[in-house]
Parts: sequence; structure tokens; C-alpha cells
Amino acid sequence: MTSVEGLLGCEQDSQRTLSPYVTGTSVIGIKYKDGILMTADMGGSYGSTLRYKSVERMKSIGKHSLLGASGEISDFQEILRYLDELIKYDNMWDDGNSFGPKEIHNYLTRIMYNRRNKFDPLWNSLVLGGVKNGQKYLGTVSMIGVHFEDNHVATGFGNHLARPILRDEWKEDLSYEEAVKLLEKCMRVLLYRDRSAINKLQVAKITEEGVTISQPYSLKTFWGFNAFQNPSKGAEGTW
Amino acid sequence: MASIGTGYDLSVTTFSPDGRVFQIEYASKAVDNSGTVIGIKCKDGIVMGVEKLIASKMMLPGSNRRIHAVDRHSGMAVAGLAADGRQIVARTKSEATNYERTYGEPIPVKELADRVASYVHLCTLYWWLRPFGCGVILGGYDRDGPQLYMVEPSGVSYRYFGAAIGKGRQAAKTEIEKLNLSEMTCRQGVVEVAKIIYGVHDEAKDKAFELEMSWVCDESNRLHQKVPDELLEGAKAAAKAALEEMDAD
Amino acid sequence: MDNFNMNAPHSMGTTIIGVTYDGGVVLGADSRTSTGMYVANRASDKITQLTDNVYVCRSGSAAHSQIVSDYVRHFLHQHTIQSGQPATVKVAANLVRLLSYGNKNMLETGLIVGGWDKYEGGKIYAVPLGGTILEQPFAIGGSGSSYLYGFFDQAWKEGMTKDEAEKLVVKAVSLAIARDGASGGVVRTVIINSEGVTRNFYPGDSLPLWYDEMEACNSLLDVLPPGGTEAMSI
Repeated sequence: MTSVEGLLGCEQDSQRTLSPYVTGTSVIGIKYKDGILMTADMGGSYGSTLRYKSVERMKSIGKHSLLGASGEISDFQEILRYLDELIKYDNMWDDGNSFGPKEIHNYLTRIMYNRRNKFDPLWNSLVLGGVKNGQKYLGTVSMIGVHFEDNHVATGFGNHLARPILRDEWKEDLSYEEAVKLLEKCMRVLLYRDRSAINKLQVAKITEEGVTISQPYSLKTFWGFNAFQNPSKGAEGTW
Repeated sequence: MASIGTGYDLSVTTFSPDGRVFQIEYASKAVDNSGTVIGIKCKDGIVMGVEKLIASKMMLPGSNRRIHAVDRHSGMAVAGLAADGRQIVARTKSEATNYERTYGEPIPVKELADRVASYVHLCTLYWWLRPFGCGVILGGYDRDGPQLYMVEPSGVSYRYFGAAIGKGRQAAKTEIEKLNLSEMTCRQGVVEVAKIIYGVHDEAKDKAFELEMSWVCDESNRLHQKVPDELLEGAKAAAKAALEEMDAD
Repeated sequence: MDNFNMNAPHSMGTTIIGVTYDGGVVLGADSRTSTGMYVANRASDKITQLTDNVYVCRSGSAAHSQIVSDYVRHFLHQHTIQSGQPATVKVAANLVRLLSYGNKNMLETGLIVGGWDKYEGGKIYAVPLGGTILEQPFAIGGSGSSYLYGFFDQAWKEGMTKDEAEKLVVKAVSLAIARDGASGGVVRTVIINSEGVTRNFYPGDSLPLWYDEMEACNSLLDVLPPGGTEAMSI
């Protein structure tokens, strides 16, 4: 008899994701006074097509963690299923214990590294943030299992465009307002300079109180430079 | 049992001449001697309660649990051999998880009960297996509302408004029948269940016991949870007060 | 001649669409199946039944999409018997996802699952190439969909009636047929709601005419006056 389980594809014949299909772009996370703030846009690219515009790329994991993903969305959904099961089994002990962000991050590093060793990586860069017992935590994992913690992290284009800004402007104990402004500055640069970024984003917050993920919203952009209105003026011979 | 000792009671794979499988009946005996376990379906959810007999005073309160979560939205109370019960609980958990992995939504309580019953029944079909010495009450809340099932060692499973197994089941069932379950909230149900458990406990004959309770209801966000401590303590106090009132009469 | 390689796999260069409306869903598709440049079937049915209340629009390799939908139909049949009630759209979509994701390196098919159930009402799920699953108010797929993104961004409205939704679907498929060589033939629609399923058929000669297209006639002889026109004088 055929069963669903028998059709899930076999691992032995060198299978791997050769290239991603539906992808999300940068995620940025920073520590601030009360916890972690994270942001990502809601785009789901299909090659260079901006195919989906309402993909939630940040999800809460258990009580104390927040996960953001760039890369292949189907693999992100699979990771969410793994974590959901992990958290469910943990909750069923009903012993008052629960996973903190450190445990979740470590679990993710194991999953990612394990799959890359099978030459079948989960095609994502992940950002994991959280707060437990007054301790802020922010880390990242890549598709090949490279992982680290930092006060500010970013994936993909964000590494090139957002982190230089963060290195300049991030400081300990940013207020919520300062932190949101800083993230928005980064997202605006990404919107200008990352082809697959879209102007519909969410900001997620995690503190001791728990997770809140904002409504989707758009950022104001600026096009008022004189040189934009008349680009060839004062630059004779240019296009 | 007229045929006891005639050689037909040693195997689950042999019927007695009058068509019975004695091993299953003996398994039921193990359940009948257990502390009372009851479950009721109220208008907004399920309440389950266990009279957990304490084998030793040195045992830590809260250990050897008899009510287990088996999924986010369902729980299972065990009467009979606790160790056998844990085996059923483990299987129930994996069935629930498996279903969700395949179909992408939580398992309906009916389906879960069917699968547990199949598993329990399976163990009555082979000579190298022993039937489970326990009965379980499965309470859950799905999109069709709260539901309550009981699975016995034979592998039969029925859906109930109120169910009771163990030593005090007869008295408990009589009490449950008096309740107006369709009008009752789980918050009220908790007190009633506590009263019944305290009521059927025989202070003179039985060992000391601990009341273990859980619910799945709107108040718990349709999740299976232990009944909150203050509510449980309140229910216990009400149960003890009711007992004293009865004794005074 | 590469252009006439009829050993190429059957591929449904396709336009498929699913749209929700208040009370149900409308699914739509063209009917062209090609082997390379040759049209292997000009009247295919790409809107396939999975259960009484759930259908799927298939795109990509015909063989792959058929195998996936055959398996899913089988599993849904089992599931319906076991649970004693109709499967939900979500369950159907999740089975499609399970196969698409689990075999992503071997399959070349994108599917749109649509249907109605008593718990969630009308629902559309897109399962594109990598096995991502996304619940959406409307979904488009297949090669023809490239020509429709802008159109849908402009024309799709929240809370359409059944007729508005079907009109939108037929218009969209006909627009895609007009620009996508891999889509063609007729427009088929399937409407699913609490009342049941309605299938509609819009033959190729009844579709609206778009830019630079012309009203069809039987022959030049019908257009010209009897005896033909005069020679053009220089």
C-alpha cells in the first residue's frame, strides 16, 4: 500500500536544493534597551519577479524567541514545522520549563550544519533573537551552519548595506524609538539599493513580556535631490 | 467466571468455549482496582480528574502523573497500570504529531481516539503481547467542539458526556448523571469533579490520595492544561466542605 | 529541425488562475499542452478534481502534475473515508505541498489548489515550484502568468461577486492567451461554493479580442466584393 510517508523523497540519491525558488531578502536584528528588535520586508521573490508581497518572514518561537529568515521560503516553512514540533513536545512535559533563545539558536545551528553535511542544505540565513530571565540574545545561522552572536546582525544584502550603518550608529541601551528609527534607516537603504526589497515591512519586538509583530507598513522615500531632477546638469557629457 | 482454571484464561489468542477472552477481562480488573478517574464534557470544554492513590508518603507531591498532554488541544487521563498508560500516551502523542505532519492541521479528537483504540486493540491480538492493564479517558477540543472519549483494555472506544473508570466508577457515574452538563462551565465543572472524586474516596479503606486535574476549554484557550492552582485549591476546599456537610447530616 | 521535436516532454506552458470571492472560489485555465513547439492537445483540462469540493489547477510538466494530483486524490480519498467527512481545502493543499516539497528536485510543476469547506469557506492555496505553500486571496501561475501580474494588481478587488470573479478570470486567461504562445485554445473555469461545483467552457472563438487582433471570418471571399478587387494602380 502506498502511504504518504513513502513519497517524501529519498535521501540516498544525491538530492539537494540546486537553487532556491521563492526567496525572501534581508533580515536585520538588533539589541535594544528592553530586548530585541527585528525587521524584514514581506517580499517573496521568484527569480527576479516580485511574486508575493505578503510573506511573513518573522515568526515567534515558543515564549521567548523570535525567528526571522531570508532565503528559500519553503525551507523556512519546514524549519518552522520542526520548531513547532520541538516546542509542542517540550510543552507536553508540562513541567514549567521552556526553551530559551539560546537553546533554539543552538538547535538551529545543528539542523543547518547537519543538512549541509548531507549536501542538502536548507537554503536560508536565519536570525534568532530573544529574551529569557532578563538575558537578551541575538544570533544568526547561515545555510552552511556558520553561526555567531552579536549586538546587531543582518542577512544577505543587509550584511553589506545595513551592518556598516549599525556599526556606526548602534549603541548599548537604545530606546525603542531610537532602535526603530535605526532599523528603518537600514531598511530604507536596502529598499533603494536591493533589487528584491519591497516597500512593505514589519518590525517585530521581543522583550521579557513576549513577542509583538507589527502590522505591515511602508516607508517614505526621498527623491528630492537636485541632481536627480536634472542629472546631466553640471556633469557635461554624462547620460 | 465459571471457566476459570479450565485453561482458557492464559492466552489472548484463544477463546473460551463460551466465546470470551479471559486475559482481556483480567486486564479490566486491573483498571477496576485503580483510583477513580473521571471526565466530563461541559458547555465550553472538558474537565478531567484523577484520584491518584499515593503509594508512599515519601513520594514527592505531583510525581507519577496520571494526566498527560498528548497534543496541544488534548489530554489523556489514565486508570490502571500507570506504566502501561505511559506507553499509550507515547503512542497517542506520535499519532497526533504524525497526523499534523501529513495533513497540516491538528488531529480531530475522534480520529485520535480511533487511532488509540486501534493501538490498544492491537495488543489483544497476538500471543506474544499482553493487553494493556489500563483504561484511558481522552479529552480534547477541536473545530467541532469539545469531545470526550474513553478507551478500554479491549480496544473499544466510545464518546461520552461524562465518563468514569476505576474503583469508584459506579458511584461517580451516578453523580455525573445528576449534573446539568450542557449548562455548566468548566470552571463550575472543576468543582463538581473535585466533589465527586472526594466523595467516592473511601477514607477508611483506601490509601491517601492526591487530586490531579486538567482541562481543555475556552478559558484555557482551547489548550490542554493543568487546572490553575488557585482554582484547584478552591475546588478541593469546596469538596472537603461538601463532605463534612454530608457527614454532619 | 529543433522546432518540431515531438519527443520533447509534454509541457503545459500554461495560464492558471484561482480567485476567491465572497462565498467561494473561481478557478480558471487555458487548454494548450505542448511538446516543444507542437501543440499536442488543444483542448486539455488543466483544472483537475481532487475531491467533491476541492480542485487543482496544474502547470509545468503534464506528467509531473498528473502524478502529484493522482497521489493527492488517492490520499484524500483515504482521508475522507477514515474521517467520515469531506477533506478541507487546507488538507488537500498540504498534501500537494508535502509531495512538491519532498521531491522538489525531481518535480517540475506548480499547482494552485482551490475549493470550499464548511470550516473555512472558499480558499486558494498556491504551491509553486519549490514547495512553498501560501494561502492567498488570488493566485496566478504558469508561463502565461508573467503577462498578468500587472493586470491583477490593477483589476483584482476585495469582495467580488461570483460573476465579477468569473469575468475577471476569463478576461485574464484570454489576455494571457493573446500574448503567451504557450497558452491557448479555450478557457475553462470551475466555480466552487457551498452549493457545489459549476464548470464553464469558453471556446477559443468566443474570447474577447485584444490589441491587434481581428474579428474572425470564414474566408477572404466573404470580405471582398464578388470578383475580387481591382489591381492597385501605381
